[in-house]
Amino acid sequence: MTKKLITGAELLIQYLEKKGVDIIFGYPGGAAIPIFDALVDSKIKLVLVRHEQGAAHIADGYARATGKPGVVLVTSGPGATNTVTGIITAMMDSVPMIVLCGQTITTSLGKDAFQEADVFGITAPIVKHSYLVKNPVDIPRIVEESFYICSTGRPGPVVIDLPKDITGAMTPIQDSPPVMDIPGYTFPTHARSKDIQKIANYIKQSHRPLILAGQGALISEAYNEIQELAETIQAPVVNTLLGKGVFPENHPLSLGMLGMHGTAYANKALTRCDLILSIGSRWDDRITPGKIERFCPDAVKLHIDIDPAEINKIVVPDASAVGDAKLVLRDLIPLLGKLNTKEWLKEVDQYRRKFPLNYKKTGGLKAQHVIDELYKLTKGDAIVTTDVGQHQMWAAQFFKSHFSRSWISSGGAGTMGFGFPAAIGAQFGCSKKTVIAIVGDGGFQMTAFELSTAMLHKLPIKIVVIDNKFLGMVRQWQQLFYDDRLSGVNLEGNPDFVKLAEAYGVKGFRIKRAADVRKILSRALAYSDGPCLIHAEVIKEDNVFPMIPAGGAAEDMLIEAPKVKMEKPKGST
Amino acid sequence: MTELQLQRSQNSHTISLLVANKPGVLLRISLIFSRRGFNIESLVVSPTLDGRFSRMTITAQGDPSILEQIIKQAAKLVDVVHATEHKDISAVQKELALVKVKLNPETTGRVLQVVEHFKATTVDLTSNSLIIQATGSSEKLDAMISFLSEYGIIELVRTGKIVMARGKEKT
Repeated sequence: MTKKLITGAELLIQYLEKKGVDIIFGYPGGAAIPIFDALVDSKIKLVLVRHEQGAAHIADGYARATGKPGVVLVTSGPGATNTVTGIITAMMDSVPMIVLCGQTITTSLGKDAFQEADVFGITAPIVKHSYLVKNPVDIPRIVEESFYICSTGRPGPVVIDLPKDITGAMTPIQDSPPVMDIPGYTFPTHARSKDIQKIANYIKQSHRPLILAGQGALISEAYNEIQELAETIQAPVVNTLLGKGVFPENHPLSLGMLGMHGTAYANKALTRCDLILSIGSRWDDRITPGKIERFCPDAVKLHIDIDPAEINKIVVPDASAVGDAKLVLRDLIPLLGKLNTKEWLKEVDQYRRKFPLNYKKTGGLKAQHVIDELYKLTKGDAIVTTDVGQHQMWAAQFFKSHFSRSWISSGGAGTMGFGFPAAIGAQFGCSKKTVIAIVGDGGFQMTAFELSTAMLHKLPIKIVVIDNKFLGMVRQWQQLFYDDRLSGVNLEGNPDFVKLAEAYGVKGFRIKRAADVRKILSRALAYSDGPCLIHAEVIKEDNVFPMIPAGGAAEDMLIEAPKVKMEKPKGST
Repeated sequence: MTELQLQRSQNSHTISLLVANKPGVLLRISLIFSRRGFNIESLVVSPTLDGRFSRMTITAQGDPSILEQIIKQAAKLVDVVHATEHKDISAVQKELALVKVKLNPETTGRVLQVVEHFKATTVDLTSNSLIIQATGSSEKLDAMISFLSEYGIIELVRTGKIVMARGKEKT
């Protein structure tokens, strides 16, 4: 008996369904029509975005909020190249994502066909893996491998380029489950016990230990283990920007975020610790100085990471363990007992009292005030997404993350325009949660067109536009390091964001005065009939402190605006 | 060896990779080098006994700490089964060179002496040129080429280095 024939596209959708995909974010085009056609008969929900970059960031936000891979579907050529920013954003932050791209027919490959782009080549440096499908029979195996690769080990995006003749070709349905053929792909799980023992030995000798929790710990879902470790050895915990929420920032042992715009007490602790244990952080240049010898010079450095290439990349640790954070910590904790860190915790508490995060509610409307009030009104029970810049740092400082996957921000790539679409993805993934996009006036305008997507699906996202009519972070640098010579940072001519929202049928709120913050935010948070936008017209010239000038060490931290002229940063951007 | 040559050989690294025999593998490997501003000096790709895999032997110059990163990043690629650096002592390292040398009645004898000394062979002879085929370590070929350059080298083609681990060790 001959097997039933279906199209390659139908086979693709069948196997996406088998992998549990229930939502795809996409934008069609000629080369992708067979795939869109196959979606007509599928139970997978297709969300039509307004730009392919939006689709990629939405899928990214969905993946970060749920832990499940986000799936993007776009057409060839410009459709695919528009996702490039989204792909590198996901790659830099280890986010599981599958990007399905239509492609010209195989016989036209390399002949400059209409809407042809070498997507395999263009994306090669920014993917965890990629495929150009040459035979429809391979589709089930490639889908199986892609999901496995993108979501295991250190996650990352996988691109599947699908020529139109392959998705359009008739191919037999496959009865047996696909067999993966990736002998080169392995990832660590448990670390070697002698490495864990060495880490334990160092910790036991420490008097002033500090735990550094990063995104890797979050991906590995090591929240309980980090808490148990911190409480066992009585060590304070600092977290990276992307590590927000893996250890509750309202826990008595939490010092919040460290680094360039971290809390002063986290950075003070960094200068004083005698041991720092990184769990799933990659010693990024926002937390380590350009001259790496200046990073905690007297402290023992320990590194736990699932990616062996992260060991010795920036910091050469005294001991390291390559493995999954959760499994490594489970093996490590039984080797440790309570440490006497009373003096150390007392010292850290002094820093906390002496250098609190603060801002003044007088002198005009402050971004910090808006964010602080959002945190208080929601009691931290919300998923916050951000763009990149001053508002991002203020949000990281003032919106304490209480639980994992509640903070979604573009860390590694620093992608402006990420925050709002990421919120759409987060809300699709977590329909019951309050989702707040805290965005700047600059970044929001890069992807504001997705207001249509949010509106059509009645997603109750709160979009808080912190509008200072400046590209504030660049201006801050120009003021501090470039003799106040402002260049290309003035955003005069911003639209009235309330009217912009209304043009899309989205409810708009406006905050102009500090006195109105609580009242208007309460109303916006209570609004549930689809998305709403809060246009916060904050004072134009305010800067983010504390600040470690780029390339500097924690000792160089500025608690407030410097009175003296600063040198241009060296050794880092 | 000149000081420059010595420095070069100390900073020169030979990396062997066992990779999936699939399109795009070479692109992914070369991106890891180019992203860090590393120049690949020689590159040999050939099938292995098992048709699913290919062997790549790459030589490159550079700082050892960056090279450690390159090997780790290469090993991480889905299509790379194995990546390792080979030091001179632990592996047999060979290369083949074809050298086209100018010939005239006065120099022929001396050129042939060089050929004999380096246990090379002659593979093509015309009235005014000779192609010499030589195999051996890259250093040996360097030395032979240096001698031959006196007589005028018209063209030079080298295969690039291949390596094989000694004894029980796997390449």
